[in-house]
Amino acid sequence: MSGRRSLFTIFAVPLVLFVVGLFGLVWALLDEGSADTVAAAAAGVAIPVMLWAWARRRSRASDTVR
Amino acid sequence: MKPSVTRAWSWTHKWSSLVCTVFLLMLCITGLPLIFHDEIDSALNPDAWQPARPDGEWLDLDQLLAVALDDRPGEVPIFMSFDIDRPVVNVTTGPSADAPGSEMYFASFDRTSGDLVPPADVGEGVMHFLLQLHTDLFLGLPGMLFLGAMGLLFVIAVVSGVVLYAPFMRKLDFGTVRRDRSKQVKWLDWHNLLGVTTVAWVLVVGITGIINTLETPIIDAWRYNELADLVAENDQRPAPDQFASLHEAVERAVAEAPHMELQFVAFPGSRFSTDSHYAVFLHGRTPATERMITPALIDAETGAFEGLRDMPWWVKTLSLSRPLHFGDYGGLLLKIVWAILDIVTIIVLVSGIYLWLRKRRQPRGRMAQLADPDITGGAA
Repeated sequence: MSGRRSLFTIFAVPLVLFVVGLFGLVWALLDEGSADTVAAAAAGVAIPVMLWAWARRRSRASDTVR
Repeated sequence: MKPSVTRAWSWTHKWSSLVCTVFLLMLCITGLPLIFHDEIDSALNPDAWQPARPDGEWLDLDQLLAVALDDRPGEVPIFMSFDIDRPVVNVTTGPSADAPGSEMYFASFDRTSGDLVPPADVGEGVMHFLLQLHTDLFLGLPGMLFLGAMGLLFVIAVVSGVVLYAPFMRKLDFGTVRRDRSKQVKWLDWHNLLGVTTVAWVLVVGITGIINTLETPIIDAWRYNELADLVAENDQRPAPDQFASLHEAVERAVAEAPHMELQFVAFPGSRFSTDSHYAVFLHGRTPATERMITPALIDAETGAFEGLRDMPWWVKTLSLSRPLHFGDYGGLLLKIVWAILDIVTIIVLVSGIYLWLRKRRQPRGRMAQLADPDITGGAA
């Protein structure tokens, strides 16, 4: 764990996930079938991020906090 | 953020979550099979039915209507709807055009031959049960509005959770899950991580769910105001003695809106029409517009086109909120994404309850320690 983070640092990744996810949801709605797969992947952008967190064996931050 | 402000947001998050969690769990669990409603229906009802003449010409709508009425002597037509993926028309009849739903009779006919099409209803009871529970708890409009209120609390819980995410992540990297700490801290980290990564989907599904609970008042307002205006402009005459061709009336309406597809016809005297008109309802062709309905009125005596009325923006909003809530608009992959995010939301809800129960059991000093973001890094 390093020093205190700014609001921008804290929300940078969640904001990107929010924008990409929302874009995917709306894109899939407006698209007529040609880009369904890409739009669905964008809508589900949070899923690989969760898998990444799950796959990390130990967080560096927790070691530092302890 | 000042400690007093953090406490206020924390109180908001806790109570808005606690009140709605049980209902949200029910909605997430019943919503899961509903995402795959089409696939489950297809699996339970393998479509053995084939049209009598797959490559043959279709009967016109007047012929099909005559077949349907021959099957129900003494009854009159109320609605006629059209299957999208097979040559089938569905005809609703009753003792009178304004008969209540309990007196209506529904039958499907092969457009190539006029033969009756057997209903495909295996598993329909279970899916209907789930849909009804999900929509209104079997309580009708009060149930829908109650679930809408729970949805509103859920949105407040999500927003307050996002606000609390900042102070509790001041010293932690994104994605941190402290597995070497207590079970409580570990689940706190998971609760925060899963919650913040799924905010876009959760807010979209939550807000559209709230809008959907207002379906009945919205549709009623549309019917009694906008549609009533269209009907009033044209409702000057009694029911005709002789009816114009239904087939030609439908073709006339479709010609007036070439970018739309036929959805259903309401016959003269029925709930969605006047005494002297066929009301032909058309819808868009894209996922975004396929639930947007445009009614066209055709004079039932002369077959003349009399008017067409687009949905107002507030009904279009409702139409857009349905696919965005159920996730049935972008193919199987989007449905799978929907299901995974639904399961993730269940985990967030259950972990929230778990954390609340654990905190209640902590001595006050320990609770204060756990509530310290510098130590726990969590919002629950």
